[in-house]
Amino acid sequence: MNSFVSLLKRIFRFYYEGFTTMSWWGKRIWTILLIKLFIIFLILKLFFFPDFLKKNYRTDKQRSEHVLEQLTKQH
Amino acid sequence: MFESFDLSLVDWSRAQFALTAVYHWLFVPLTLGLSFIIAIMETIYVRTGNEEWKRMTKFWMTLFGINFAIGVATGLILEFEFGTNWSNYSWFVGDIFGAPLAIEGILAFFLESTFVAVMFFGWEKISKRAHLISTWLVAIGANLSALWILVANAWMQNPVGMVFNPETARNEMISFWEVLFNEVAVSKFLHTISSGFLLGSMFVVGISAYYLLKNREILLAKRSILIAGIFGLLSSLLVIYTGDISARTLAKAQPMKFAAFEALYEGKERAGLVAVGVLRESDRKIGDKAVNDFVFRIEIPGFLSVMTGGSPETFVPGISDLVNGNPERGLLSVSEKMERGRIARDLLIEYKEARKINDTEIAESIAATFRDRKFNEEFFRYFGYASIDKPEEVIPGVKVSFYTFHVMVMLGFLFILIFSLALLFLFRGTLRKNKWFLWIALFSILLPYVASELGWVLAEMGRQPWIIQDLMPVTTAVTHVSTGSVITTFILFAVLFTILLIAEVSIMIRQIKIGPKN
Repeated sequence: MNSFVSLLKRIFRFYYEGFTTMSWWGKRIWTILLIKLFIIFLILKLFFFPDFLKKNYRTDKQRSEHVLEQLTKQH
Repeated sequence: MFESFDLSLVDWSRAQFALTAVYHWLFVPLTLGLSFIIAIMETIYVRTGNEEWKRMTKFWMTLFGINFAIGVATGLILEFEFGTNWSNYSWFVGDIFGAPLAIEGILAFFLESTFVAVMFFGWEKISKRAHLISTWLVAIGANLSALWILVANAWMQNPVGMVFNPETARNEMISFWEVLFNEVAVSKFLHTISSGFLLGSMFVVGISAYYLLKNREILLAKRSILIAGIFGLLSSLLVIYTGDISARTLAKAQPMKFAAFEALYEGKERAGLVAVGVLRESDRKIGDKAVNDFVFRIEIPGFLSVMTGGSPETFVPGISDLVNGNPERGLLSVSEKMERGRIARDLLIEYKEARKINDTEIAESIAATFRDRKFNEEFFRYFGYASIDKPEEVIPGVKVSFYTFHVMVMLGFLFILIFSLALLFLFRGTLRKNKWFLWIALFSILLPYVASELGWVLAEMGRQPWIIQDLMPVTTAVTHVSTGSVITTFILFAVLFTILLIAEVSIMIRQIKIGPKN
């Protein structure tokens, strides 16, 4: 248990030191990365990209029926 | 296709996906190639103990880091688009597409992202050997990520190893190995990663050429050109070789795409490979689509037949043969395929009706038919043709396919020349004297990006109208959302990705101007 905690501490320290001693470009890149992830997951995914089938149909059965309908459309 | 169908929705949805994929692909190939070059440089450092190699490794690692961080997660948007804009497709392929993408997410991406941190933060904190292993694992992880994505894409080009379940309306994987070792997947993976190696090498050669032009970092530049020149030359030969394998695979799996990228309308033996040519629409037509004639062409006689089947006597089917059929050569016409597709679709309608009235006996018997290998080979494999109105709809854009293919191939040969000259001048010690070459090398950084993007345009536009070859056309795959919302997200992406690209290029240029740390 002690060795596991010590391993976790070492991993934490490894990342902590890595981030705190980062160069200017590293910090800038991380800022861009975080803004980008925020835009992708909290803006695009939430407001612009809902899963169409999950949003409009409650069960997998309903979803498969909808797709089956689309696949068998005759023209 | 469908009478009330808004084609602009399909076009905008395709444009949106293409824009996202094109931007995403600006970041990926450099990661694939540069990671290996860095790993090779670090290996030399660990073996020789020479600090200059460490300095070089760290410098190229910085540029790798900028590209990696800006590019990471841009591919996730493609997955969002599947769920929102291509929901029918997404559901239809779910199990097949899901497996490789899940492996990619769990295995390769975590391998890559974990060791990226060790690679950047681990200098002086872990042993040289452990650090080197991390660097190699980043390179291998990045390329493994690409493997799973390409396996999924290859399935769309050549669907194998699955059976359709009418109850769930999904394809289910029956052989993971058939999906993984799909011949299109193997050739696509090798061709794509080797083109990434080539792009990474050109990037290193080009920036090193910049330093030589500026008369600074001479040792770093020369050593970098040595590594990237050799790696790039080998990669460009591999690109040509794997491209040849890809073409042969396509001739079997997607003969229409193959005929389109050679603008071959009438099939023949001793078919020549067009080296250079210019197309013009003629008065002749196949259905309502104009046939393209050559204004001029330079052809290597018989070579297309040799490329396809290993012998000049090999018959290469043309677009007309594939549309109208050629019984002598065992080629079905599109009309026949439409008929077979409709038989499969009608059976699916019967299944749907049986389920509605709870006739489990009929439903079960139809479900069993869909599991039958013979039914799959003779009818279900043409399922998508049931949604085709006119046979000529299966002809992709011939001009786009022809020009993208030929420009890509020409660039492929140009890269061999550039890497060969770089090595020749380096070994003769005349690299710095040949300023003209250094300028060419610098501006050639852009060319592999062009070739790589053209390759994707060819792969994706050349298989139209299919999203899954012969099984599902794009018009069936698309979600019926408003065209306006697709246009809005298209503009959003264009702005977001352009900002990201400007950020990458400007930070990278600044870092290149600063140069490596002493």
